[in-house]
Amino acid sequence: MKSTTLRMANMNSQDTVSKGRKVGSVLVVGGGIGGIQTALDLAESGFKVYVVDNSSAIGGVMAQLDKTFPTNDCSMCILSPKLVQCGRHLNVEVLTCSEVTKISGRAGNFNVSVKQQPRYVDIAKCTGCGLCAKFCPVDAIDSFNKGLRDRTAIHISYPQAVPLAYMIDREKCVGCGLCKNVCLADAISYLEQEKEVTLNVGAIILAPGIREFDAKLKSEYGYGRYPNVVTSIEFERILSASGPFMGRVQRPSDGEIPKKIAFLQCIGSRDVTCGNGYCSSVCCMYATKEAVIAREHMSQIEPTIFYMDLRAHGKDFDKYIERARNKYGVRFARCRVSEVKEISKTQSLKIRYETEDGTQHEENFDLVVLSVGFAPSETVEKLAKNLGVELNKYGFCKTRTFYPIETSKPGVFVCGMFSSPKDIPQTVTQASAAAASVGKLLFSVRGTLIKKKKFPRELDVKGQPPRIGVFVCHCGINIGGVVDVPSVVAYAQTLPNVVYACENLYTCSSDTQEIIKNEIKEHNLNRVIVASCSPRTHEPLFQETIREAGLNSYLFEMANIRDQCSWVHMFEHEAATEKAKDLVRMAVAKAAKLNPLDRILLDVIPRGLIIGGGLSGMIAALALAEQGFETYLIEKEKALGGFLRNIHNTLEGEDPQRFLKELIRKVKDNHLIHTFQGVNIEEISGYVGNFRTTIAHASEKSELDHGIIIVATGGEEYRPKEYQYSMDPRIITQSELEDRLSTTTISTRLNSVVIIQCVGSRDNSHPYCSRVCCGEAIKNALKIKEKSPTTEVFILYRDMRTYGFAETYYEKARELGIIFIRYNENKKPEVIKKSENGRESLSVSVYEPIIGEQISIDADLVVLSAAIVPPDGNKILAKMLKVPLNEDGFFLEAHAKLRPVDFTTEGIFVCGMAHAPKSIEESISQAYAAASRAATILTKTKIEAEGIVALIDEKMCTGCGTCIILCPYGAITKNDVGVATVTAVLCKGCGLCAASCPERAIITPHFTDEQITSQTRALLGRITA
Amino acid sequence: MKFNPKILGFLCNWCSYAGADLAGISRIQYPPNLRIIRVMCTGRIDPVLPLEALANGADGVIIMGCHPGDCHYMTGNYEAERKIKMLKKLIAPLGLAERLHVEWVSASEGARFAEVVENFTNQIKVLGPSPLRQEKLDLSKWEGIQAAKEAVEDFRLRALVARERKIIEEGNVYGEEISQEEFDRKMDDALTAEYIRNRIYLILEKEPTSIKQLSKRLNLSSKHVLDHVVLLRRRGLVTVDKIEDMTPIYSVLKR
Repeated sequence: MKSTTLRMANMNSQDTVSKGRKVGSVLVVGGGIGGIQTALDLAESGFKVYVVDNSSAIGGVMAQLDKTFPTNDCSMCILSPKLVQCGRHLNVEVLTCSEVTKISGRAGNFNVSVKQQPRYVDIAKCTGCGLCAKFCPVDAIDSFNKGLRDRTAIHISYPQAVPLAYMIDREKCVGCGLCKNVCLADAISYLEQEKEVTLNVGAIILAPGIREFDAKLKSEYGYGRYPNVVTSIEFERILSASGPFMGRVQRPSDGEIPKKIAFLQCIGSRDVTCGNGYCSSVCCMYATKEAVIAREHMSQIEPTIFYMDLRAHGKDFDKYIERARNKYGVRFARCRVSEVKEISKTQSLKIRYETEDGTQHEENFDLVVLSVGFAPSETVEKLAKNLGVELNKYGFCKTRTFYPIETSKPGVFVCGMFSSPKDIPQTVTQASAAAASVGKLLFSVRGTLIKKKKFPRELDVKGQPPRIGVFVCHCGINIGGVVDVPSVVAYAQTLPNVVYACENLYTCSSDTQEIIKNEIKEHNLNRVIVASCSPRTHEPLFQETIREAGLNSYLFEMANIRDQCSWVHMFEHEAATEKAKDLVRMAVAKAAKLNPLDRILLDVIPRGLIIGGGLSGMIAALALAEQGFETYLIEKEKALGGFLRNIHNTLEGEDPQRFLKELIRKVKDNHLIHTFQGVNIEEISGYVGNFRTTIAHASEKSELDHGIIIVATGGEEYRPKEYQYSMDPRIITQSELEDRLSTTTISTRLNSVVIIQCVGSRDNSHPYCSRVCCGEAIKNALKIKEKSPTTEVFILYRDMRTYGFAETYYEKARELGIIFIRYNENKKPEVIKKSENGRESLSVSVYEPIIGEQISIDADLVVLSAAIVPPDGNKILAKMLKVPLNEDGFFLEAHAKLRPVDFTTEGIFVCGMAHAPKSIEESISQAYAAASRAATILTKTKIEAEGIVALIDEKMCTGCGTCIILCPYGAITKNDVGVATVTAVLCKGCGLCAASCPERAIITPHFTDEQITSQTRALLGRITA
Repeated sequence: MKFNPKILGFLCNWCSYAGADLAGISRIQYPPNLRIIRVMCTGRIDPVLPLEALANGADGVIIMGCHPGDCHYMTGNYEAERKIKMLKKLIAPLGLAERLHVEWVSASEGARFAEVVENFTNQIKVLGPSPLRQEKLDLSKWEGIQAAKEAVEDFRLRALVARERKIIEEGNVYGEEISQEEFDRKMDDALTAEYIRNRIYLILEKEPTSIKQLSKRLNLSSKHVLDHVVLLRRRGLVTVDKIEDMTPIYSVLKR
């Protein structure tokens, strides 16, 4: 109760200024994965969202990818559920073929003009059946497949497109009128005109993504001239099972399978000659992934990656590289390629390159893949100009280290590639972070513009004999042209419990929804079957329809007689009709056994708990409190600040300590944040919406009740055991150097400083990259040079991983004469102490690869770039929370790509270095993201559990614990009497427990053994009553 | 008459069912013998379900799920894989192992889906109609599959297979590493034993029988059969019905 009043109080104080002016809707520019994630987070936390995208469907670049690193997840498998969710969300409106032309107003209340190009196809009417494309006589190039395949002038960009509506490519269309004639849904409209739409929104999020570098500009590599030189995105389509070669690796010139494939890195990245001085951050990994996938497709393929530094700086990336090298035989060659020439006879390619020792080589390859970098597109530049948003010198959106989500214009936020090159999880993180930033701005008008669907009271059908209605779809001629639909209808009428069956031209059209509702009433139907397309795309629509007629949505079943029947047996009309009948019979058998399911509602305690009072924890606490949520912030140490206390400046020249002081003040001043310092967590119990945490401070104990948990336990600097650390005051760690640089003037008597990278990183004890050390080393090296220009600074490194814009500082360091010497992990440098004239001198011996000799560098100071390691306490905390750690001891998120701050256990989130080593900027983004994900729960007064939740028969349960071990979501626990019990809100309904229960005491509703068995028996001709 | 196999597929909603849809969207043609039952996850597939299909005369059963590491629910496919491995071993003596198949197909592999279906259909065509089809029912095999079904409904095999992955990957309760081979040996013993016990039970359920007769019907040594009967008695499933000429005749107690 206390919290509610607090929430109200806070709202009122803000609202006195803004009431009537702020608008509870948000514009998202760009419908890639970033735009989709931010839209879903916002819509789930009470805002109306408009997504504007200039293409005909959402999905962005991710929809074009075959697999994603470092898990090799199928890109479409993980993306398409999000596409569907976004496309169907009641409070997300997608405007395709649209661009923003003008904005006016200010933070909290903008007016936005959007220009919408004609599609010539009515989205509301088009069913995506594809008849029009089949008859379109004009071939055009398929830009989704990167020009590697033809498509018709009327097209969808990819099979899983959302919205699933066709579009006419006006440039290719000759205007023959065929499509309108064949379209049975009457969706074609040649007269459609360009439209202007005005939107009134409270905030704007820019997620436009960027374009890939135009490889033609690097003419020495022959792209555009030689057909077998392709870009990495083109190669992605070549690899894809839904690409032009259907997943077979073939080269474009002749369809031959290339044996030797060369990947050339840094095309349009780290290259000042083409104006792109930054690193594109993702190319090393995607090239490795493409090489691995190519090898997986054809084991005879020999991929070689030509690179400068291998930038595998992300979580578990180095392990991926090692697998690629050792398991897949991917060859990594450190050198720069100077030229690619075509061998005219074979159209293969001769590559000339120079290795580190200066020798020239030539080698032939069958296919060359250019790992193109990324740059903002001209349309994005125009957009930024329209919006008045400042760009950096490379044309990316300008942001500041401590405010990574904010543009120069208040109320306009940015996420994804547009602010700097980044991978998918970082984009998704920023997308959520942007949603939290909007939440801070607009929380007082949250929930004011959203729609809620109202359904009539549900009819009670329990105990009634099944009365099944079957609706068989023609889908234009998609089904009807192959399957004899009338005979399927006639057959359905003969089946047990079927009281009504009919055919429809398009069962999904809006007028048919009315028909279905009427027939339910007319015939007292209590089960409904639609025999048409796939439940994956259409089940939610029909479920909604029957709900509108008063039926529980689980009293519905589909028979997939199009995607899995008429379309795949186009020339076997009889067999297809037989199959359709079988599928309908099976659906009828299951429908007879269906039961209504209730979604359990649970109260949410609208308070957050944050574990860890470092940078991430404090940012997350503020992000929640500033959205009006009471928050507990727990820090085990006496002081707030965590690792950030060790950092005194940034590459960009900002002052972290000033920021930290200000941050601590804000946290302390915020009356919604309750800080507990120097306390231990004793116990955590409960589940999403209802957690209870016991903390102990001094001899006192308190219990805190809260709805969500954010884990922000941070990271620590490794105390080196190597390089004689702690045995000589002249051998110090990077953070000790930083401390010295900030407090004392570095002595100009220092003739030479040697910095050694990867101390405790990328070795056997810590096989991961600590991500921040390369940037930190350069930052401090530059600081030394600034204070004492005559001091010689050496950086001994393995790969310089100055990703993104940090690359420009690497460039600057080299210009200033800082000497970079690469060492091999097998030939690590050695710190040598020698006594001379009573004085102990210090030197570092290292093998110099360019001259090919062991050299010795005198050092007045040796600085060790020590790894970031997870705090020991993570292990205990992970057990308490029942969430996993990865092999390295960092917390393991639910999904490496699309759920970077969530755990599989709902209601618990992670951010900052608790997740993996990361920069200040990245920690801040992730902290906001965790707060955003948490807000999607805290804004709801009640949360709804899935309808399909495992049910345990307590009388049958012997308490053997099998289900508890197996449940991936920690949803099953043992109760007081020793039997298993399900926490409904945590259960995802996968059914693993039911399939494994030794006593068969568990049921997965809607997919019960009885239901599945009745389908089986129906198919095999033993229909049970 | 031309053999037209009836094949049942259990497909997971997120990867394979989507892959099957994509085959359709891409209009890739494949033989019309497969009927699909959609489940949310292959982890949902109770080992009884594929056996139920085979027992009812399905010529083939195929299970398709997400590729390793891709499971929408994290680990369902790994668990399914182990269950199917167990089932294949269990039905191998009945000559049915090749009629049960598992494949991983992703949402973007429409063409591969079609290929998998075509290959499996061809494989079934070569094998010919199931011996469990109603028209030409092979009684001993029918008894065999019933016993297999009973075996996977019982506690022991279910409990073992459900713990297999954890034990192999994380070690047992003593913190010892158990190799796959070692586990397989234990599993195989359990499989054989449970299968035979259930066959014995099903025979005794029909009519009270002696050890000698059982041994003849099952083609097993009488010592072997006796051991199982003794155990079944201890479990309270079998009892001595009567004694005929010094020969005990056993019958079942209802489960």
